[in-house]
Amino acid sequence: MSKLLTVSPSPHVHSSDSTQKIMYRVIYAMVPALIWSVFMFGIDALRVTLIAVAACVAFEYLIQKYLMKVTPSVTDGSAIITGILLAFNVPSSLPWWIILIGAMAAMGIGKLSFGGLGSNIFNPALVGRVFLLLSFPVQMTSWPGIKMAAVDAVSTATPLALIKESVKNGIPIAKVQGLPDLTDLAIGMNAGSLGEVSALLLVLGGIYMIWKKVITWHIPVSILATVFVFSGIFWGINPEMYVNPAFHIMTGGLMLGAIFMATDMVTSPMNPKAQIIYGIGIGLITISIRMFGAYPEGISFAILIMNAVTPLLNYYIKPKRFGGQ
Amino acid sequence: MSITVVYTIVTLAVIGATAAVILYFVAQKFKVVEDPRIDDVEGSLPGANCGGCGFAGCRAFAEACVKASDLGDLNCPVGGNDTMGQVATILGLEAVAKDPRVAFIRCNGTCDHRPKTSQFDGATTCAIASSVYSGESDCQFGCLGYGDCYDACEFDAIDLRAGMGVPLVLDDKCVACGACVDACPKDLIELRKRMPKDRKVVVACRNMDKGAVAKKACSVACIGCSKCFKECPFDAITMENNLAFIDSDKCKLCRKCVPVCPTNAIIELNFPPRKVKPEVEVETNS
Amino acid sequence: MLKTFKIGGVHPPENKLSKDRKIEVLSIPSAVFIPVAQHIGAPSTPVVKKGDKVKVGQVIAQSSSFVSTNIHSSVSGTVKKVDFSADSSGYPKQGIFIDVEGDEWMEDIDRSETLVKDISVDGAEIVKKIQECGIVGLGGATFPTHVKLVPPKGMKAEVLLINGVECEPYLTSDHRLMLEKADEILVGIQLLMKAMNVDKAVIGIENNKPDAIQLLSEKCKSVAGVSVVALKVQYPQGGEKQLINAVTGREVPSGALPIAVGAVVSNVGTAFAVYEAIQKNKPLFERVVTVTGKGVSKPSNFLVRVGTATSELVAAAGGLPENTGKIISGGPMMGRAISSLDIPVTKGTSGILLMKEEESKREEIIACIRCSRCVSVCPMGLEPYLLMTLGEKQIYDRAESERVMDCIECGSCSYTCPSNRPLLDYIRFGKGKVGQIIRSRKK
Repeated sequence: MSKLLTVSPSPHVHSSDSTQKIMYRVIYAMVPALIWSVFMFGIDALRVTLIAVAACVAFEYLIQKYLMKVTPSVTDGSAIITGILLAFNVPSSLPWWIILIGAMAAMGIGKLSFGGLGSNIFNPALVGRVFLLLSFPVQMTSWPGIKMAAVDAVSTATPLALIKESVKNGIPIAKVQGLPDLTDLAIGMNAGSLGEVSALLLVLGGIYMIWKKVITWHIPVSILATVFVFSGIFWGINPEMYVNPAFHIMTGGLMLGAIFMATDMVTSPMNPKAQIIYGIGIGLITISIRMFGAYPEGISFAILIMNAVTPLLNYYIKPKRFGGQ
Repeated sequence: MSITVVYTIVTLAVIGATAAVILYFVAQKFKVVEDPRIDDVEGSLPGANCGGCGFAGCRAFAEACVKASDLGDLNCPVGGNDTMGQVATILGLEAVAKDPRVAFIRCNGTCDHRPKTSQFDGATTCAIASSVYSGESDCQFGCLGYGDCYDACEFDAIDLRAGMGVPLVLDDKCVACGACVDACPKDLIELRKRMPKDRKVVVACRNMDKGAVAKKACSVACIGCSKCFKECPFDAITMENNLAFIDSDKCKLCRKCVPVCPTNAIIELNFPPRKVKPEVEVETNS
Repeated sequence: MLKTFKIGGVHPPENKLSKDRKIEVLSIPSAVFIPVAQHIGAPSTPVVKKGDKVKVGQVIAQSSSFVSTNIHSSVSGTVKKVDFSADSSGYPKQGIFIDVEGDEWMEDIDRSETLVKDISVDGAEIVKKIQECGIVGLGGATFPTHVKLVPPKGMKAEVLLINGVECEPYLTSDHRLMLEKADEILVGIQLLMKAMNVDKAVIGIENNKPDAIQLLSEKCKSVAGVSVVALKVQYPQGGEKQLINAVTGREVPSGALPIAVGAVVSNVGTAFAVYEAIQKNKPLFERVVTVTGKGVSKPSNFLVRVGTATSELVAAAGGLPENTGKIISGGPMMGRAISSLDIPVTKGTSGILLMKEEESKREEIIACIRCSRCVSVCPMGLEPYLLMTLGEKQIYDRAESERVMDCIECGSCSYTCPSNRPLLDYIRFGKGKVGQIIRSRKK
């Protein structure tokens, strides 16, 4: 035997899964929604996505190489996910330089300032999104009309913004003009940011990820159930002033948030019990912001707030131990 | 508009005043009375919090010093006799002078001397490697080279010497805190008496196997031949388990043991070069 | 729905390459090295010295305390020396070197193949005989069997579980034994039941061994109180606590022994050894060892004398493949990598696995992405990612409160980690340290 024998501690075999594979599965899961957004908003959607992905990858590479002086880890695919998610969270009409700023905030502040993949507390894409929302409120809420609609409106309000406005003015929901019906919402025939429009395709991506064991059902289901129940209570009390729960679930990026952003592995809790509490928290905060806050929708803030709670949940909520307490 | 400004100022001022009053009473209520000498003693310590004294940190050591009636058992290896002198002055006690010490890794089994017979592939710490097996070479006593001592050292006093296989203690930085001694799973590191100009004569081996086995595993292993033991005029060398050991408190640095060692397991450090090459003598002997 | 344990678990590729290979008797080597510590507990004390003539089955090292067993010579010949040599722990251990001369057995051993069904001894005698014959758990843990059979005061065994799971990939020695020695195993089970004074025994077998399940179910019909349960393939089902959970649904409390829920677990190999010890008066000095691996030209199951060097087994299985990168004593999940072919087979060696060069290297370690797979696969419901960090940072008090001592070192966490992190390396290290702290506290 020419070579030396290797000695290592057990186990001596390893599953074929790798971090890279997991990341690419997330990307595959987002492809249907991405295609639909191109279909809806035209080539602009693709432009935004490509700029965001390229910028995120480039920023990660540059910051790691020249500021942090470590070996860049862009090949793991996580920067691509952040890029796509960031693009999913902005309107298709967003100028390129704002996307660059968003990507810089996402990668620089949201991820690498904490030490890179695995160390960040907040979901990088959401950090970028909220950064842009607070810095460029006008551009971030000018929603281009959908290409498929007969009337090519320059700017439309999102369904939730319409409702917020009407509630503020005391107009009953039933009289609000221009609200899409539930079927439109499910398919994605409404205004909004790239990735939030088609609830059905997002669910499809979610099912793929659960099937491939990238995520578990706990977080998305608990968020959706909480939103449904909580908004349902209000709707039951006063259907005049509150929209029905199904509407809440299908609008304002809730699906996108519940399936793709709240489930981000790095920033979500690590055991099923804690994940359900985390999901319930996101659901409650989202609806509270939507109903009582200044913003028409609140899933981004809700996820960021619960991201901050995640270490506490990990500390206090323990998985079911074998052999009881 | 101006009334809003006034309200704001008044409200903030009231909150501030109330908080100040609460803080004052709380501070009074929970005041901890401490011996002021603890602060003084702590101030004179190096503040490295290395634990070399055997206490959790410099403050704990200061408390122990203040409580003690005799400083004989207490020593700050980092500060040495100067610091202990200051502590003694503060406390009005007698300082007991102690020999300064320095750490030494008793293995010279670098890659050149000790051929590898297997390769380790696991978490790269000595502790884990040694829990799996005796090591990459046939010497089960030698340095594993993953640098648990390097990680334990707070003073950058250990050079990993990448590629050599055995780290080296940097004498000028070592404060003899003993952290590396505890970290080494092979128990290779010894705190030796620090000699003038950091000179050392030391058996750089811990191999307790029989001579032939030891020699096969490593060309510079101590084979337990006892030649150095017979040579030493100061009884500084002891033989146990096929292994020679030089007691640094007894060694007078005469270097007579170095040339008689057939495997060059005894090494001399920081001496001026010898006039007669020791190797010549060794070869004629064997 | 097939039964299995409730929390965690993984399913590595089974690779049971040697499952259709009949057990072959390996020829007696020219020399053996028999370590005196082949079991958990105190090492035995050698009772032979250089130059002594020994026979097969003769006691060569005496048990020194209750948790210890006798060691018997596996060959006949002359004691060459009593010295230290490396065993599978990777460290030199005391043992007895014997040069083989012929094959002369102790006269009182019944070497015939006839099945002895009638049980003529009582429970206490069985336990005593098991102790004398040096029988230990042959599943790999090597815990002395007689200790298990005597429950601590105030506890009562209700059921005997027989472990025919063989959840480790590659290994097939238990599988073959169940197929070829089913009748003997059943008698062994009855002996164990009598020794423990229980009237119920369950054999747990994973359903990747349908032939063994069918055969034993058939034979069990004529034996009162013994039944077979088919289990879903899931690693680490062969773990004592997991098997009890899978078969009975009970959970052994943290820090307690299986007897706390009224169960005692024994391996099928152990049951066979018990049969031989009581009915044939044959001490434990040989066992079935699987020699396997993807590069091995003839994956086999051998009946091997304890003390035979690994090289003899490898040679009998077609020689060492050119590109062997790692040799493992045991299975790929919990076995120990050995650094030399001189290391002997002991009572706990269930297999020799030769891994190819490309299989034997670990992948590059990258950052933890907190995917929580380690948490979901941990059969003890622990949080490996956290225990690893606590071990790495040496925060032992927290590691203890996070129940690091519950870890069974099954390796499911390291197996599943997509970032290839050496979770178990650090957890095992932390567990060792915490164990030391707990022991020193008790003193």
